[in-house]
Amino acid sequence: MLSKKKTSDFEEQILPHLDAAYNLARWLTRDAVDAEDVVQEAYLRAFRFYDSFHGIEARGWLLKIVRNTCYSWLQKNRGHNLTTEFDEEQHSVESHDPETALIGKIDSQMLKRLLDELPLEFREIVILRELEGMSYKEIAGIADLPLGTVMSRLARARQRLQTSLGTYAGGESK
Amino acid sequence: MNCQTTKDLLNAYSDGELDVVNHLAVEEHLGSCPACSLVYENQKTLKAAMADDSLYFKAPSDLRDRIRQSLPKSSGTDSSRASGIWIWRLVPAFAAFALIAVLVLSFIRPGQSNDDVLASELVSGHVRSMMANHLTDVLSSDQHTVKPWFEGKLDFSPPVVDLAGSGFPLVGGRLDYAGSRPVAALVYKRQQHVINLFVFPSDGSSDSGPTTSVRQGFNLIHWSRSGMTFWAVSDLNLQELQEFVQGIQK
Repeated sequence: MLSKKKTSDFEEQILPHLDAAYNLARWLTRDAVDAEDVVQEAYLRAFRFYDSFHGIEARGWLLKIVRNTCYSWLQKNRGHNLTTEFDEEQHSVESHDPETALIGKIDSQMLKRLLDELPLEFREIVILRELEGMSYKEIAGIADLPLGTVMSRLARARQRLQTSLGTYAGGESK
Repeated sequence: MNCQTTKDLLNAYSDGELDVVNHLAVEEHLGSCPACSLVYENQKTLKAAMADDSLYFKAPSDLRDRIRQSLPKSSGTDSSRASGIWIWRLVPAFAAFALIAVLVLSFIRPGQSNDDVLASELVSGHVRSMMANHLTDVLSSDQHTVKPWFEGKLDFSPPVVDLAGSGFPLVGGRLDYAGSRPVAALVYKRQQHVINLFVFPSDGSSDSGPTTSVRQGFNLIHWSRSGMTFWAVSDLNLQELQEFVQGIQK
């Protein structure tokens, strides 16, 4: 009886956030099939940890598990090096403000490619903020980062996207 | 506030994460500094582009079933499964509705202004619209479909604009009832947030607003113009809701 109740509670509270889970996994793995595997595994983990869920912020709680499942999956399957992918120094050259306006409608396919090219640690924060609309504090909880790091990564990621979009638009008009 | 400080705070500003004091200081600086305004406009353009539906990957339809099958057996049989999901999803909605009904009742006291009562009704309308799958009666992102739909259903014609270009795509429209009259509800989205824009004739009162208020955790912006009264209700942060209102007023 108890386990039946646990399953139905879980399905009621956690399953509605499936789209959010899939969207995050899809952006982190950059592959539709892998994302499904990761989400399925994350849901099994979530079910196992369900006793530690305190009934609030179900989406954030689930996304943290999805995020961690993605990271261990990437490490195992793609030998993803989690610490050195993004070299702060190497990328600092880009950190000037775009001086021209981004005009008109940004091509969403182009934007998708640029997002895919962002380093994982930056991509996840942009996705959580812009696509899931999560607060800085929630993101800090999910990615296990200090608030200041969330803010600086978000700022740098946006700057990089803007610079690339500016270059793209500028190159096109020539 | 100088340019460097403004730029440092600009991301938090556009995300609605600043406290009121800093928020106002940034706003003031942006009003007088073209260079920072350009940076801010670019951020807004990028933000609007990110709200595009094509960037959000929805889970494949069979994934939900596969996950449910991988969990230890719950009580549902195959035939009850489809309706079962639906009912479970409604349980928190009903609980929320009951809670809000109690809150609304406790808010309505004798001597309260008409606007207060109306705001309560509109917040309830907003909450109701998210339950029971009744967000829209006419589902269309085309303003030329939504506007004619209201004809014959209302004794006025609400102005309908699409703000997809600013990151607030029109989702559709709905009939609602507030202030003892039928009102038009236009539904917009910002990422996963729903904005209900209620529109109805002003009954003779002159142009006013916009004025902002907070009710049960929802942000409300209210204004009257050209004989119409507008109420925007959403769980979106105030900053972005103001952007939305500016877009509507253009």
